[in-house]
Amino acid sequence: MNDFTTTIGQPNTISIAFFFVFVAFTLVITYFAAKKSKSAAQFYAAGRSVTGFQNGLALSGDYMSAASFLGIAGLVSLKGYDGLIYSIGFLVGWPIIMFLIAEPLRNLGKYTFADVVAYRLRQKPIRIASSCGSLMTVAFYLIAQMVGAGSLVKMMFGLNYEAAVVVVGVIMIAYVLFGGMLATTWVQIIKAVLLLGGATVVVLLVLAHFDFSPVKLFDAAALKYGDKVLAPGGLVANPWDALSLGIALMFGTAGLPHILMRFYTVPDAKAARKSVFYATGIIGYFYILTFIIGFGAMVLVGQDMITKIDKGGNMAALLLAEYAGGTVFLGFIAAVAFATILAVVAGLTLAGATTFSHDLYVNVFRSGRASEEEEVKVAKRGTVVLGILAIALGLAFKGQNVAFMVGLAFAIAASANFPALVLSITWKNFSTAGAVASIVTGGILAVGLIILSPTVWVDIFQYKTAVFPWKNPALVSMLAAFAAGGLFSVLMPDAEARAKYDEQVIRNYLGVGAE
Amino acid sequence: MSDQIGKIDQEKFAALIRKRVAFATVMTLVMLGIYYGFILVLAFDKELWSTKVGEHMTLGIPVGLIVILSAWIMTGIYVSWANKTYDDSVRDIIHGMRGR
Repeated sequence: MNDFTTTIGQPNTISIAFFFVFVAFTLVITYFAAKKSKSAAQFYAAGRSVTGFQNGLALSGDYMSAASFLGIAGLVSLKGYDGLIYSIGFLVGWPIIMFLIAEPLRNLGKYTFADVVAYRLRQKPIRIASSCGSLMTVAFYLIAQMVGAGSLVKMMFGLNYEAAVVVVGVIMIAYVLFGGMLATTWVQIIKAVLLLGGATVVVLLVLAHFDFSPVKLFDAAALKYGDKVLAPGGLVANPWDALSLGIALMFGTAGLPHILMRFYTVPDAKAARKSVFYATGIIGYFYILTFIIGFGAMVLVGQDMITKIDKGGNMAALLLAEYAGGTVFLGFIAAVAFATILAVVAGLTLAGATTFSHDLYVNVFRSGRASEEEEVKVAKRGTVVLGILAIALGLAFKGQNVAFMVGLAFAIAASANFPALVLSITWKNFSTAGAVASIVTGGILAVGLIILSPTVWVDIFQYKTAVFPWKNPALVSMLAAFAAGGLFSVLMPDAEARAKYDEQVIRNYLGVGAE
Repeated sequence: MSDQIGKIDQEKFAALIRKRVAFATVMTLVMLGIYYGFILVLAFDKELWSTKVGEHMTLGIPVGLIVILSAWIMTGIYVSWANKTYDDSVRDIIHGMRGR
C-alpha cells in the first residue's frame, strides 16, 4: 500500500502551469488595483470597501499559512493527535479578537493597531515602541514563510532554494507595491478559496478509501502505528510549557499586525465583527481538514515515506495528494501551497511597510505632518526595502523548522502587542509610560527567553542545557507585560490620557467619528 | 467632541457600556474556560483525553473537534447578539444625540 513512487522533487509541468496561471491572474488584478491604490486609505485599507464576507475570506487567507497547511498536516502525519493541539490553539484566538479587539480597533484606528494604542497617549514613544513589536512579529513570521517557500519549491520541483526565495520575494513585492491592500486582499481571497477547495478534495479522496468514515480512518491509523497516535503524546512533555504554548497561540493571534490591519479594510465595526465570524468558521473547517489530511497521509502514504522525503513531515499533504489524486492533482495542490506562501508574505510585507511609513515615518519622524502623497511614497519604498529584507532573511535562515518559527512570532505578538492594545482600549488609567513599559517588557522577555530556551540555546547554540526550561515563553512574558503596563501606569500616570478617555469610549462604543 | 458628550443620554450610554462589557466578558471567560480546560487536562491529566470511546477512538478527538466548533459557535452568538441588541441601542443613542 505504501510503495508508490513519488514525483515530488522533479520538475512538475502541471504544477508550474497552475502556478503561472495563478500569478498571471493575480497580477492582472494587481494591475487594476493599482489605479485604486493612490491615496493612503486606498493603499493601506483598500478604500475601506471590502465586505464582511470578503474580509472573512481574506483574514483566513492571511492566517492559513504554509505552516498551518503543510506544517500541521505533517505534524499530524508523524505525531497524530498532537497536531490537533496546535490547530485548536491557532483557532481559539479568533473569538478573543471578536470579543475584545475587532470593533474597538475598527472604531478607534486608521491603519495600524498602534493608532489605537496611541489614541490617547503621547504619539512618539508609543509609535516607536509598538513599531518595534509590530516589526519583530512581522520579521519572524516572514522568516518562517520565506524559509517555507524555499524548501517547499526545492522539494516540489528540485528547483534551487535561493531561486525560489527570490521568485516569491519579487512577485510579492509586485502585488504590494503596485496593488496595495486591494490587490493583497484579492490575492488572499483567491488563495483562500483555492486552498479550501483543494484541501476539501484531498479529504474526500482520502475518505473514499474509508467508506467516508473518519472513524475508520482513525482506526486504520491506530492499527498501523498503535493507539498512541490517537492520544496526546510527547509533544507537550512539560505541563507548564503546554499552557504557555496555549497562551502564545491564543493571544498571539489577537496581536498579529497583518491580521489586525485587515479590520480597517471594511466600512464599519459591524462588518468587522461579521468578518471574524466568517474567518473563524473557515479556519476551523480548514483545521479539521488538515487533521484528516494528516491521518490520511499517515495511513495511506506511511510515516517512513513521509520522513524519507522530509524529516519534518512537511511534504505529507503533497505526498497524500499525489497518492490519492495522481500527478496532476499533486501539481494543483503544490501550486496552491506555493500561492499560499506568496499571499501570506504579501500580507506581512504590507503590514510591515504600513508600520514603517504610517507609524514611524509620518507620526515619529515627521511628527504627523506629512502629506498623503509622501506617506504613500514612503510606504511603497518601505515595501521594496522589506521585500528585499525578506529575501535576505529567507536566504540567511535556510534549514529552520517552519511551524516552530511561526511560534516565535506568536509569542512576541502575545507579549509585546496584545497587552498594550487591550489595556489601551479598556483601562482609563493606562499611561504612556505604562504602554511603553508593557511593550518593551513583553518584547524583550519574549525574545530573550526564546533565545535562552531549548529551541535556540540547545538546538542552535549547541549548549547542553537551556537556561530557560520551556520552549514557549508567553506565559511569563505576557503576564509580565500586563504587570509592567499596570505598574508603570500607576507610578507614572498620564492626566491628559485620562481626560481623553471619555471621548475614546464614545468613539469605541458608538463608532462616532470613526474613519 | 467634548460638546457631544453633553448631548449623549448618559444613562442610556452607561447602560450600553455595561451591557457590552458584561456580554463580552462572559463570552471571553467561557472561551477561556473551554480552551484552558482542554489544555489543563492535556497538561496535567492527559490520560483523560486518551480514554477510549470506541475500539481505538479516544475521547480527545471528539473533544478537540468540539473545542473547534465551539469557537465558531461563540463568534456566531456574539454576532447575532450584537446585530439584534447592541446595534439597536447604538442607533437609539446616536438618534438621541442628533435629535436634541
